[in-house]
Amino acid sequence: MGMTVVEKILARASGHQSVKVGDVVEPRIDLAMSHENAALVINQFLEVYRDTGYEPRVWDASRVAIIFDHRVPAESPKTASNQKKIREFVTKHAISKFHDIRGDIGGICHQILPESGYVRPGFVVVGTDSHTTSHGALGAFSFGMGATEMASVWALGIAVNIEVPATIKVNVTGRFAPFVGPKDLILHLIGKLSAQGANFRVIEFHGETIGKMPTSGRLVICNMSVEAGATSGIVPADGETLRYLRNEAEVTDPVEAVLPDSDAVYDRIVNINVGGLDPQVACPHTVDNVKPVGKVVGTRVNQIVIGSCTNGRLDDLQIAAHILRGNKVAQNTRMLVFPASGKIYRQAIEQGLVAEFMRAGAVVMNPGCGPCLGVHEGALGDGEVALSTTNRNFKGRMGNPNSEVYLCSPAVAAASAIAGMIVDPRKGGLH
Amino acid sequence: MARVVLKLGDDVSTDVIYPGRYMATVLPSETPQFAFADMADFNMKLKSRQLPPGSIIVGGKNFGCGSSREQAVSTLKGHELTIVAKDFARIFLQNSINLGLTLVTAPDIEAQEGDNLAIEGERLLNTTSGKSYATVPLPKARQAIMDAGGLISYSRKRLLEKLQKGPP
Repeated sequence: MGMTVVEKILARASGHQSVKVGDVVEPRIDLAMSHENAALVINQFLEVYRDTGYEPRVWDASRVAIIFDHRVPAESPKTASNQKKIREFVTKHAISKFHDIRGDIGGICHQILPESGYVRPGFVVVGTDSHTTSHGALGAFSFGMGATEMASVWALGIAVNIEVPATIKVNVTGRFAPFVGPKDLILHLIGKLSAQGANFRVIEFHGETIGKMPTSGRLVICNMSVEAGATSGIVPADGETLRYLRNEAEVTDPVEAVLPDSDAVYDRIVNINVGGLDPQVACPHTVDNVKPVGKVVGTRVNQIVIGSCTNGRLDDLQIAAHILRGNKVAQNTRMLVFPASGKIYRQAIEQGLVAEFMRAGAVVMNPGCGPCLGVHEGALGDGEVALSTTNRNFKGRMGNPNSEVYLCSPAVAAASAIAGMIVDPRKGGLH
Repeated sequence: MARVVLKLGDDVSTDVIYPGRYMATVLPSETPQFAFADMADFNMKLKSRQLPPGSIIVGGKNFGCGSSREQAVSTLKGHELTIVAKDFARIFLQNSINLGLTLVTAPDIEAQEGDNLAIEGERLLNTTSGKSYATVPLPKARQAIMDAGGLISYSRKRLLEKLQKGPP
C-alpha cells in the first residue's frame, strides 16, 4: 500500500519500513522551535530532570531553535525577565540557532526558520506555536505542540506516542486573477472545510497552481492550514523548494525530496479551481466565516495591519506598496506594517517600499507578532474594526474583546487602507 | 456528580480561555488568575473560589482551537475544572493529557448551566434532564502518559531508561 508524504517521513524518522494511519510512532526530531514560551519549556524541562541525579542536558543543542518574536522589544519587565532567563539557558546549553532581538538575524519564527535554511524536505519539525504548520511549505512534516511536550522533546529527542494522521489531498488548478493569491486560496479552503474540517489530519497540497506558487505563497497556505484544524499542511518538495533553499536560504548541502506514492491512500480529495476565485475575507469572530470580498465591501475599518508570519514577506509588502503608490491612507484609518524578518525589512528599505509606506501614511514597525495576538502594540479601541493580513480573528484576538477583526490578503488590506473601508482591490482604477 | 457552571458553543479558542495579553505569565502556579479573563463575571467566580473543584464547563465542537499556548490548559487545571465537549482541538487535547486536565468527549452532549452531570461507566448522565450520552475514550496512544500521571513524570521515566542504557 502506498504512503503519503507524512507517512513516509514518519516511517523514516521512527525507523519503520512503512506506517499507516493510526499507527503509534516515536519520530526522532530534526528541529525543535520555541519563541518566548521557551521560558515555560525550560521550567518543564528542568522538572523532567528533577530528582533524576543527572545534570539537565538538551538532547541535541544544534537542533533546538529559539526565536524572540512575540513581544519584541520587551513590552514589560515580566517579558524582559523571561527573555533574560532564556538567554542564560541558551548560553549554558550552547544553543546555536538562537535569534535574539536584532536587526540582522531577528524576525518572526515562521520566517526565520525557512530563510535561515533550518528546514529541509523530509524533516520532522516541532514548535511550541500552532502556526508551526508553516514549514510544511518546504516538504517537512511540521506541527505545533505545547510547552511540556517540547520539554519532553528537549530531553528525549523524540516525540512520544504520536499517532500517524490521515491526510486530505487538496488539488489546486487554474490561474489566480490579478490581486488574488495564496491568502485567498487558503481562506476559501478554510471556509469550505470549516474550522474543524481537517482536525487530526494533514493537508497535502498538489496541482499546477501549487507547482507555480513560490515558497512565500506555500508558507501562507501551510501557515493557515491549522485554521481548518490540520495537524500540518505540506507541499511535497519540488524544483521551487530547491530554488528557495539554494537561492534564498543559502543552503549548499544535498537536499532530498520526500514524495508521496502514486497509490497513497487519502482520507478525502478536495479539488479547487482558483480561476474564478474572488478576494476572500474572513469575518468576525471565526476564521472559517469566509466571504467573497463583495459581501463585505463598505465595512469601515479603523486599523489595517499588514505583516505577521502569514503575510509579512517581501512579495506581500511589494503588492501593498504597489497599490498604495501615489495614494494616502484614509483619515481616521491607521495602517501598521510589520515585515516578517529583519532581512525582509532591509530588502523593503533597499527597494524603497518602506519609503512608499511612510509617504502613504503607514507606520512601519519592527518585525514581530505583537498586534496579531494583542500582546504588543496596535491594540484596538472599544467598537473598533481591524482589517488584517494575519491569521486569526477570534473574539479578543487583537487584545480587546469589544472589537472586530477581519482577515484578508495584502492586496485587499492596502486597497482598503486608501478607502478607509473594505474594498475590492480589482476595482477603483487599480492596475 | 458535578454542576455545569458555564455553557459555551463550538470553536472555543484558546484566546478566549486565556487571552494573549497574559501570555507573558507562564507558570502553572500563576496562570489560574487569568482564566476566561475577558468574561469578567465568570473570571471573578473562579478567582473568588465560588465554584467547587470538579465543576464542569460544557463546550461544543472543536473546544480549545487556535493557539498552542499551554496556559489555556494550566489555567483550567489550576481551578480543577472538568471540560465536557462534543470534541476537542488536537493541541488542546494533547496539552490536557500532558498536564492531567480532566476532559470528557461526549459528541451528543446537551446540557445547560446549572445541570448536574455524572459519569456512569462509559456514559455521561445528565441527572437534571435524565438523558444519558455516549462518551469517546481519550486516544489509546496516549494511555501510557495518562497512566504515568502526566507527561513530566512519563518523560522522566523514559529519560532514566535512556540514560541508564547509556549512549547507543
